[in-house]
Amino acid sequence: MKYDIILSGVGGQGVLSLASVIATAAAKAGYKVRQSEVHGMAQRGGAVMAHMRISDGEIFSDLIGQGTADMILSMEPLESLRYLSWLSPDGIVITSTNPVINIPNYPEESEIKSALDKLKTRRLVDDKTIAKEAGSVRAGNMVIVGAAAADLPFGMDYLKAAVESMFSRKGDEIVQVNYKALDLGSQIS
Amino acid sequence: MSEYVVLGDEAVALGAVHGGVSSCYGYPGTPSTEIMEYLLEYSEKEDGPFACWSSNEKTAMEEALGTSFAGKRAIVTMKHVGLNVAADAFMNGALLDIRGGLVVVVADDPGMHSSQNEQDTRFYADFAKIPLLEPANQQQAYDMTREAFDLSEKMGCPVVLRLVTRLSHSRAAIVTKEARKENPINKADNKQDWMLLPANARRRWDSLLGRQKDMISYSENSAINALTMNESNKDRGIITTGLGYNYYKENESELSDNPSHLHIGVYPVPEDKIRKIAAHVKELIILEEGYPLVERLIAGLLPRDLKITGKLENIVPLQGELNPDNIRPALGLPARESAAPSTLDLVGRPPQLCKGCPHDDTYRVIKEVQAELEESTVTSDIGCYALGALPPLSVPETIICMGASITAAKGSSEAGLNNVMAVIGDSTFLHSGLTGLVDCVSSKTDVTIIIVDNETTAMTGGQTTILPSSRLEGVVRGIVGETDHVMTIPAHRKFHEENKEKLRKELAYKGVSVIIAVRECIETARKAKK
Repeated sequence: MKYDIILSGVGGQGVLSLASVIATAAAKAGYKVRQSEVHGMAQRGGAVMAHMRISDGEIFSDLIGQGTADMILSMEPLESLRYLSWLSPDGIVITSTNPVINIPNYPEESEIKSALDKLKTRRLVDDKTIAKEAGSVRAGNMVIVGAAAADLPFGMDYLKAAVESMFSRKGDEIVQVNYKALDLGSQIS
Repeated sequence: MSEYVVLGDEAVALGAVHGGVSSCYGYPGTPSTEIMEYLLEYSEKEDGPFACWSSNEKTAMEEALGTSFAGKRAIVTMKHVGLNVAADAFMNGALLDIRGGLVVVVADDPGMHSSQNEQDTRFYADFAKIPLLEPANQQQAYDMTREAFDLSEKMGCPVVLRLVTRLSHSRAAIVTKEARKENPINKADNKQDWMLLPANARRRWDSLLGRQKDMISYSENSAINALTMNESNKDRGIITTGLGYNYYKENESELSDNPSHLHIGVYPVPEDKIRKIAAHVKELIILEEGYPLVERLIAGLLPRDLKITGKLENIVPLQGELNPDNIRPALGLPARESAAPSTLDLVGRPPQLCKGCPHDDTYRVIKEVQAELEESTVTSDIGCYALGALPPLSVPETIICMGASITAAKGSSEAGLNNVMAVIGDSTFLHSGLTGLVDCVSSKTDVTIIIVDNETTAMTGGQTTILPSSRLEGVVRGIVGETDHVMTIPAHRKFHEENKEKLRKELAYKGVSVIIAVRECIETARKAKK
């Protein structure tokens, strides 16, 4: 078994902590994980993309081959479209619908919507609204992770265990908010 | 034995600690920064080894040499272009009689994720005639760091460990081994072997050349340099180096003919193994991360009728990182089918200055003053403020290397350009801007130097500046002398008009002016509040 994910978003959105939850959960579930990150100048407000590979066998390359990713998981709609050449013809795109408009020529909302609608398999997530409902606007990335849960090769229990190990030192309240964000996210189809 | 999930950089740091390192020096630079960050944190928690940032890569290298002189193990870390700064000490360090293991870790950036060039550090090791180890994954990064200390003591010279961005910044699990103790103090006994006067240097160069055969023999016998022969396939063989190994393995199952394969991770290259694989095949495909070093080195070793497929003819791309896809043409594999691309115009989203960044305020002052002038020039330097070169600011006209803003401004002014301004950060100024300022003062050059002081090394994630900001004006005054043309201004919108007026005045002054624009980086300020 192997499961390859392209993670995308804008520098500063917390793509790495999103990656960290999935990677921790995968490791807890007994899989091998390789995760490449974006550091330095590239991460300041620019487009960011990271590779995550999950497998029950040996993983050689840190990078995913074109046309072989099982999932694109994105914190931003325009950025979810940028890396389609990595997606396998059967792969799924799961993305936040909330744009980060920090460039002057950002496309119209309707153009983005119609581009997303053309995707073969996609799941659109209004993470901001759902995060608010879960109790914290900052839990948007956990809503996105929750929305991916059904397709990941391990169950929600592992994601929750990962959330607990990452957030427990910040107090039980934060853990509970993130659990709720995961749960609400997982109800999106 | 314990298992840790770590970045490639962190694997190196752990390898150094478990390898008995006593002192760690470095200058931050993506993608090498996290090695020292891990060592600094470890050192504070565990009360050792000694670890600190240095003013620049050259001072770091020389400090590490000093530790080695005392018989203890030292590590020095930097990015590839940092080795250019340290090159003087690096090249001469190869001639010293190293007894306390000295490991020079250099992280290259093929693909230029955050660098000015793609240079390949393997050429420097070849140039200095010292061994280089090149890990292909996090486990090897850990193991090879430990091995590098032993090898350095065995060969009596520094050893280079070469990383690349993709390994430095990827996470995977590693298994660690029992830690080794630090060396006791054991100062080099024959000082002639540490003083590079011409007579000594000639003797040391002869000695280094004499040790080449030991280095090649070490590489020949290394288990890392693994040769797997397939006697039945005489058509083609593969040589991989560094991460080329991973991308080859990723595609190997799709090859029908199972070629013989030599991986090289220990340099100088294992010549006998190369001859063996070359003698067996008609075509040799070389997949190496970086420049075509192996490809060029081995051409002379091989039969003339052998076909070599690699970077020299750009069949394996000469530019950028290798990846699982761009090596496929060399292997004769077709491109893979992927999901249909979007029809939407995917406008670029380049990195930019953070919202509320103090550099933004300073650049706006410069931009508006420039608009009033008939002619002006702005040179800039390596740091976050280089992002001022992108729209909407688009102010700087040159970005060359650390410290070059001041010296390039000097040259421009001396060539006859008017209203020349040099923008440089506080860390960069202390790294290699100081000497440029000395040159300007010595020549009484007409330049206005603007030190954008955000009280941190922001570009690499906010390391503490080597000297506190409060010392900067004193340092500058020490060089420029007591004059009205050295001043500190607040880099804030509130003082926009006042700051413009000050800049106008200094541009009008024919001589060296230094304006230090101070406000803390908003990122470090935010982190401090947390």
